[in-house]
Amino acid sequence: MSAAPLSIDAQNLFRYVLRLGDLSLVLGQRLGEWVGHAPALEEDLGLANIALDLIGQARLLLTYAGEVEGRGRGEDDIAFLREHGDYLNPILVEQPNGDFGRTIVRQVLIDAFQLELYQRMTTSTDERLAAIAAKSVKEILYHLRYSRGWLVRLGDGTLESHARVQSALDALWPYTVELFAEDELDRLMADQGVAPRVADVQTAWAARIHDILAEATLIRPKDRPHAWHGKRGQHSEHLGYILTEMQHLQRTYPGARW
Amino acid sequence: MNSARADRRLSLAWAALTSVDDPEIPALSIVELGLIRCVEPRSDGTLEVGLSPTYLGCPATEVIRRSVEDALHNAEVGAFVVTQVLSPAWSSDWITAEGRRKLKSYGIVPPVRTVSSMRDVMRGDLPVACPRCQSIDTECVSEFGSTPCKALHRCRACLEPFEYFKCI
Repeated sequence: MSAAPLSIDAQNLFRYVLRLGDLSLVLGQRLGEWVGHAPALEEDLGLANIALDLIGQARLLLTYAGEVEGRGRGEDDIAFLREHGDYLNPILVEQPNGDFGRTIVRQVLIDAFQLELYQRMTTSTDERLAAIAAKSVKEILYHLRYSRGWLVRLGDGTLESHARVQSALDALWPYTVELFAEDELDRLMADQGVAPRVADVQTAWAARIHDILAEATLIRPKDRPHAWHGKRGQHSEHLGYILTEMQHLQRTYPGARW
Repeated sequence: MNSARADRRLSLAWAALTSVDDPEIPALSIVELGLIRCVEPRSDGTLEVGLSPTYLGCPATEVIRRSVEDALHNAEVGAFVVTQVLSPAWSSDWITAEGRRKLKSYGIVPPVRTVSSMRDVMRGDLPVACPRCQSIDTECVSEFGSTPCKALHRCRACLEPFEYFKCI
């Protein structure tokens, strides 16, 4: 028996929730790579804790996506058994960790984005997303306190640390364009009151980032047009390596549980 | 079910829940941590126990849920279901006065605020007094400690490190 086709509304919501969930999942997996390798025990714990919060967000979101889809897929099926092109995270979160400074730059950019997005999503017309947002946003505040604190220390630190985070910022900045590249799906979700307007999130994000960069004595790179389409499933090669590692166990031993 | 039996069932359930300790901070019960949102019979007689997760990524969440199910089962409260309550999101404000006292005697400084707003969290914490020498000349070493709910602090007066339960 083949399942009834999903309504257009359900398809859209499914894809939108995947975008949110995949961002958390992929970034959580990336940060997890630091475990055992961070510059100090405190940072090992800090990055691991942030990674766990992100995986926690992903679990709620992907579970919800599975329910919206209504095909009996659970969080694990969606996390571990999709292909490269099915992931809808922005490309920024799949960028390699680089050195600690580069990881911190990526984290500040995303923490501020998630903060502004989820703060506004607490009043979503979708009650489930509103609840997930309200829960997540409190944790994201602590993520940003952590990443912002480090960016200021490194940016306003030694010549070496300053140069490293400035060059990381220059390298990662172009990927932020995608966060605010509003497409049809973003517009639909905003029209339905499910998600905030992308432009509102962008304005608040830009102001917050402006203040953080000023405090960190870093120069905001210029915006250049870029066409990244991670949100539509077109990824950099980096995602493939992440998935290979993340999905290895479920692919090798399908249905394994512990 | 008559009301005396219903009351007895509720008190059995609460007693069972009070017996469940937090796996990471065994000095506290999950009731003292403020994790229980409701204990209510549904119209079909099933007892619903609403449980809030502390932090989304806290590995203790699953352990707590299983311990709650075991405790309710052993207390013979009849048919029950444990549900996850996300909204309103759990807050450290919900730790009971007794819970705060126990945290402190366990060596973890309880949250300095009991009414946390997001603005407070972003602005940073009020001075946290050292649990050993009471000096407020302390500093935050890391926003994250051995569990997501705690931060690592250090006392500049007596030089001892200590853990602080964050406001959230």
